[in-house]
Amino acid sequence: MAVGIHAFGGYLPRRRLSRQIVVEANAWFAPALKGLGRGERAIANWDEDPVTMAVEACRDALGLLDRSTLGALWLASTTLPFEDRQNAGIVAEALGLDSTVRTLDIAGSQRAGTSALLTAIDAVAGGAGPVLVTAAEKRRTRVASPLELTSGDGAAAILVGEGDGGAVVLGAATETADFVDHYRGQHQDFDYVWEERWIRDEGYQKLVPVAVERALAAAGVGAADIQHFCFPTSTTRVAAALARRLGLSDGSVRDNLQVSCGETGVAHPLVMLVHVLQEADEGDLILVTGFGQGGDAVVLRVGAGLADRQPVRGIEGSLAAGVSDTNYQRYLAINDLITIERGLRAEVDKQTGLTTLYRNRAMLLGFIGGRCRACGTPQYPASGACVNPDCGATGPQDRYPFADRSAQLNSYTSDRLTYSPDPPAYYGMVQFEGGGRAMIDFTDVDPGATLEVGVPMRMVFRVKDYDPMRGFRRYFWKAMPVLPSAPAEE
Amino acid sequence: MASGIRDKVALLGMGCSRFGERWNDNAEALILEAFSEALDDAGIEKCQIDAAWFATAIEEQHVGKSGIPLAMALRLPLIPVTRVENYCASGSEAFRGAVYAVASGACDVALALGVEKLKDTGYGGLPQRSRGAVNDMYWSNLSAPGAFAQLATAYQAKHGVAREDLKRAMAHVSVKSHANGAKNPKAHLRKAIDEDRALNAPMIADPLGLFDCCGVSDGAACAIVTTPDIARGLGRTDLVTVKALQLSVSNGTESQHNSWDGSHFMTTQVASARAYEEAGISNPREAIGLTEVHDCFSVTELVTMEDLHLSPEGGAIKDVMDGVFDAEGALPCQIDGGLKCFGHPIGASGLRMLYEIYLQMQGRAGDRQRSTEPTFGLTHNLGGFPHQNVCSVVIVGQEGA
Repeated sequence: MAVGIHAFGGYLPRRRLSRQIVVEANAWFAPALKGLGRGERAIANWDEDPVTMAVEACRDALGLLDRSTLGALWLASTTLPFEDRQNAGIVAEALGLDSTVRTLDIAGSQRAGTSALLTAIDAVAGGAGPVLVTAAEKRRTRVASPLELTSGDGAAAILVGEGDGGAVVLGAATETADFVDHYRGQHQDFDYVWEERWIRDEGYQKLVPVAVERALAAAGVGAADIQHFCFPTSTTRVAAALARRLGLSDGSVRDNLQVSCGETGVAHPLVMLVHVLQEADEGDLILVTGFGQGGDAVVLRVGAGLADRQPVRGIEGSLAAGVSDTNYQRYLAINDLITIERGLRAEVDKQTGLTTLYRNRAMLLGFIGGRCRACGTPQYPASGACVNPDCGATGPQDRYPFADRSAQLNSYTSDRLTYSPDPPAYYGMVQFEGGGRAMIDFTDVDPGATLEVGVPMRMVFRVKDYDPMRGFRRYFWKAMPVLPSAPAEE
Repeated sequence: MASGIRDKVALLGMGCSRFGERWNDNAEALILEAFSEALDDAGIEKCQIDAAWFATAIEEQHVGKSGIPLAMALRLPLIPVTRVENYCASGSEAFRGAVYAVASGACDVALALGVEKLKDTGYGGLPQRSRGAVNDMYWSNLSAPGAFAQLATAYQAKHGVAREDLKRAMAHVSVKSHANGAKNPKAHLRKAIDEDRALNAPMIADPLGLFDCCGVSDGAACAIVTTPDIARGLGRTDLVTVKALQLSVSNGTESQHNSWDGSHFMTTQVASARAYEEAGISNPREAIGLTEVHDCFSVTELVTMEDLHLSPEGGAIKDVMDGVFDAEGALPCQIDGGLKCFGHPIGASGLRMLYEIYLQMQGRAGDRQRSTEPTFGLTHNLGGFPHQNVCSVVIVGQEGA
């Protein structure tokens, strides 16, 4: 049975931290970092994590597709916010997926992204419904470490289903070896990394080729026929050397996005794949690899259907939407890498009632309101009594999702009194086309942005509050100004 | 058809503590300070009070729940004490309870007392607290200034007002209240400021700067009410009676239905119209001699002038700049300094407003006394946020007016 990629999407956080600034700040201690000072890396906002970035990538992939046909949603990451609470389940609630969807977190290795994709291919071939594979990473890195400079935050999503889709899977393979180039043990915040030269010579150069050669053989494709080779590590030269060794053409080595984004960990092979799929032509052959305790490889051929399956944003759109950021101090503060004086207002207890959350999960995680059965007025939250002053009918209301509806700004402020990890706190009244409104937090408002009454806003799924005392975090939807490059949604 | 409250109840005595940073006083001391003044003023004994209503809004920060703290602070003789909370309208709510009790005939004499002790948080501004288990999970991370600041953006958009013009009118509101507060020995903030200082202050929640925000204070205020007959029996003449008591509470229209544009207070428009009707006032701008409105923020006061039907819609900026609401203007607003400078101990504020009008009507307001005593005075509280709030409007006046 043919298995292909039927939809795909990507998400990179908007801010791009200047590496030069980081290198200069740390030059007194680690002058050798100078070689990594080129370009920018994508950094998550304070209210983003792998769950929220995965939601954005999935929304981009799914677009206006009927979400009820999804068989499974798998989330791959090594930096999931919850160790024991299914993270994919949060994504499923945010996407408003049917409760029959099979959800799963896939973690434990930098290879988790490609391994999730390969397993999804097998599952679909075995008769599972369409599987949405999403991968996201937000690595915590030490100040003045190479990883701080080479990593990026981001997510991608790939919908694997029966039939050719936009790109059909020709073959895949995995090589497994307990090659520990780095690890992060229990209760450790940061990676422990072994020597780069060893990783290059014994890891990349020996383990990846084995998987690639098997995948090419399974696909019945010669190495020289590959147009796009995705090797998701931060150094370009390794990919070029690997290509030569494998017999891939020089021109096939894809941009690893190191200059513009950084290496997004588990998500990076899928980020690079989404990026290729936004550019590839019909008939192109794509080789995607993943590295971590061995290697994965998958070969795809682009079909005629790719043009109809392009996401609104993808990685290209994400790259274009980036804004340069030279505020290293802010990056350190929002990632808890320095101890900042947050003030007494930050001490408010953020305990979440789990009963409260469960009862209201559609409202809070899905941003689902109600529509009055008598007068048709949409309202948020749903209520047993219609809010329309001319109606007031009581009784159940129809489920009415707001997340993807066009909205505009009604009133707003930027608040320096209330506690926010990233002051000032922007919030205001947002009004939805067709009815419904909410006084809601804003996010990703560029410094110096001109907000005004009437500007279009879109909803994004974000962390609302952290509860450091208990290690919990609350998610909810926020509004952000629609970027000029992004087309209006439904 | 209800006949309303007009002239059924008289103010017998009022008291108000000094407002401010009362670092060395517990709430109980503030309660006693306000009550002692009111009891002297009323000329009765404590045992003549039949029932009491006690207002606190953020009781977790000081006295805790229930009516017990009032009964204990004043050693009330086991009478009924009802604790009320209705955001910043709590003090007016306590007054409403006491007045209704007397009007019903259930009590001869009733006490309304409000107190708030806010300066034990360790930081400036209102205490940052939970808004309720479900609300905390989806409400924006809003502060009071941030919620009210949005009036400005919506008002500008609706009336096509330039930001600078609105800011200047807001500054005028605050400069005026500072000038008034400087003359009030019980006020929290007693320094005059000029327009430049107001305009150049640090931003709190755009476009509200520091001087657009009222003081957060410790304080208490109270009223003792009875029937006009009993008041006369106690030898009182020239009675100040209650003309109207109205409350309007948001039902979600502003926050959840797209019919509200965010530039004004729906509740204030409704409550004030009902209050004028109850008081028999057909032209409020002519009839009302003095107002004490809920100037938690300068922009609130400005917009409220329209919602009270004292300025035409879109006309408040002109009236403010023309000095209509200044101490020497035609219709003074916050002649005691207002929330802005007298201060804002939440539970006490509604009663503090009445206290000033009561003094002014009796010619007892000292340096800030109006040359002609007003016939009708209006107080207004706005609790909560523009998009969901509790609004109270109280009108008092000379008996028979």
